[in-house]
Amino acid sequence: MSDVVFTNEMDEEMLLNMGPHHPSTHGVLRFIVHTDGEIIRKAVPDVGYLHRSIEKIGERCTYPGYMPYTDRVDYLAAMFANEVWASACEKLMDIEVPPRAQYLRIISCELNRIASHFSISLGTTAMDVGAVTPFPYALREREYINDFIEELCGARLTYNYHRIGGVSFDMPKGWDDKVLKWVDHFELILNEWDRLITHNTIFVKRLANVAVISAEEAVDWGFVGPNLRASGVNWDLRKEDKYSAYGNIDFNVPVGSGAYGTTGDCWDRFWLRVEECRESCKILRQAFDLIKQWPEDEIVGTLPKKMRPEGEAYARVESARGDMGCYVIGAGKEEPYRCRFKTGSFNAMSIIEYKSPGLFLADLVALIASLDVVAPEIDR
Amino acid sequence: MQPKEMFDVLAAQFGPEVIFDFHADPKKDKDPWFQVKPYEIEAVAEFLKTDARFSIDTLECLTGVDYPDKNHIAVVYHLYSYSLRHRLVVKAFLPREDPSIPTLVNVWSVANWHERECYDLVGVLFEGHPDLRRLLLPDDWEGYPLRKDYAEKDEYHGIPTTRPNPLELFQIGKAPAKA
Repeated sequence: MSDVVFTNEMDEEMLLNMGPHHPSTHGVLRFIVHTDGEIIRKAVPDVGYLHRSIEKIGERCTYPGYMPYTDRVDYLAAMFANEVWASACEKLMDIEVPPRAQYLRIISCELNRIASHFSISLGTTAMDVGAVTPFPYALREREYINDFIEELCGARLTYNYHRIGGVSFDMPKGWDDKVLKWVDHFELILNEWDRLITHNTIFVKRLANVAVISAEEAVDWGFVGPNLRASGVNWDLRKEDKYSAYGNIDFNVPVGSGAYGTTGDCWDRFWLRVEECRESCKILRQAFDLIKQWPEDEIVGTLPKKMRPEGEAYARVESARGDMGCYVIGAGKEEPYRCRFKTGSFNAMSIIEYKSPGLFLADLVALIASLDVVAPEIDR
Repeated sequence: MQPKEMFDVLAAQFGPEVIFDFHADPKKDKDPWFQVKPYEIEAVAEFLKTDARFSIDTLECLTGVDYPDKNHIAVVYHLYSYSLRHRLVVKAFLPREDPSIPTLVNVWSVANWHERECYDLVGVLFEGHPDLRRLLLPDDWEGYPLRKDYAEKDEYHGIPTTRPNPLELFQIGKAPAKA
């Protein structure tokens, strides 16, 4: 992209406003784009439209009472924000999570990861670059997952399922068979998806070699999760930290290789999420198998009578948008003194201003879509 | 490397005036941390990034914490190395009257938005930052909401920030006055 030469008529710059309600901005997000015809000179993101001051709210809630608010950190993958808050509090108060609850957490999170990756990220990426057909097919699969999670915890979007020390409900009778049956069906859908869109020549030409982000850039700009791995860095928190019960589960970490272009281009980021869905299916099968050895309804650990911890802890989980961190400081009161969420979209968004010069205007849409940014996760 | 080793190496490199106050209390602070003299933070960060024993290549999280009772603001850096797979927590305490600290944008680009957010919500000035504007809040917002003594204004450009309680407004739940 860097070999684009600007013409001498620098005064012909046009200032274009994109958003806040542009359909491809995935939420409320605005760009101020300086363009030279179709070529971007600079795109400055203007974020904050969905700022809910979640960190300030945290200072006024009790530790367990903050859980429903964490759903709103990332409404497309609310399970992970639940889990990171629960893990931070568990780390702070030395609470053990029973194994059955750990597996329930894995199952709920992986289902949520598929819903977020496949239906929202992949479906909307295809839609943003002009292929409208796949999106409703992807949403159909998400409806199954929403139904499963509704059976599990009663909510379809903002789950409030995890608890400090465990989860709120055990799975209903027969639920595992139902989900496993769907997993079998979904893996075939993934093959169909690859034929329909991932390896589709038009789609590949649209995304390959577009907005390449090298491994050095990805690390320097704090990329996490799928975006980091697409740039060729083999790093997954589920493998590195082996938090929860991920240590007992065998799965691969797909890494971008630039099959159709350069490592770290938009197509790599798209393909990687498809592969992660396959890995999630593997994890689900193993987790349903391993959970059987633990007694039913042992889903919450021993909690302290009064949650008034002192000290600080920083916990991380691998969310659908990468390493999500929660830093909590307790000062011996029922409310935390300070809580802070570190999210993947926030870091991914900050690269736009640096990466956009020289991109085509239409490729900016592809870049945002392939980075899988979700506006509430940036603004919190 | 373990946090204690890292602390010892850094203290030997920069001296006890710059690197001090090691905390590792398993009952309280689950991630061991130590202090860095604010005006040396950039040199320390550069060393952490380039030295082969540390090779810290990313800033995971930057947090500003206000402590009005101790009259200082803490800036907490959570650092991570992808190549060596170790973590490090560093804190810098700034006076509340003049909370300023050198920027780390030139060391890790990810610091750019994290510092802007910290400036926006906690009011820490990052000296040398190329683009220190408010990030999440409007440009003309007054005050720094994550400071403990922040008081919300009654309105912002004519938009009230509080609403009357509908229960009181319409007298819901109150017994009707007897005639």
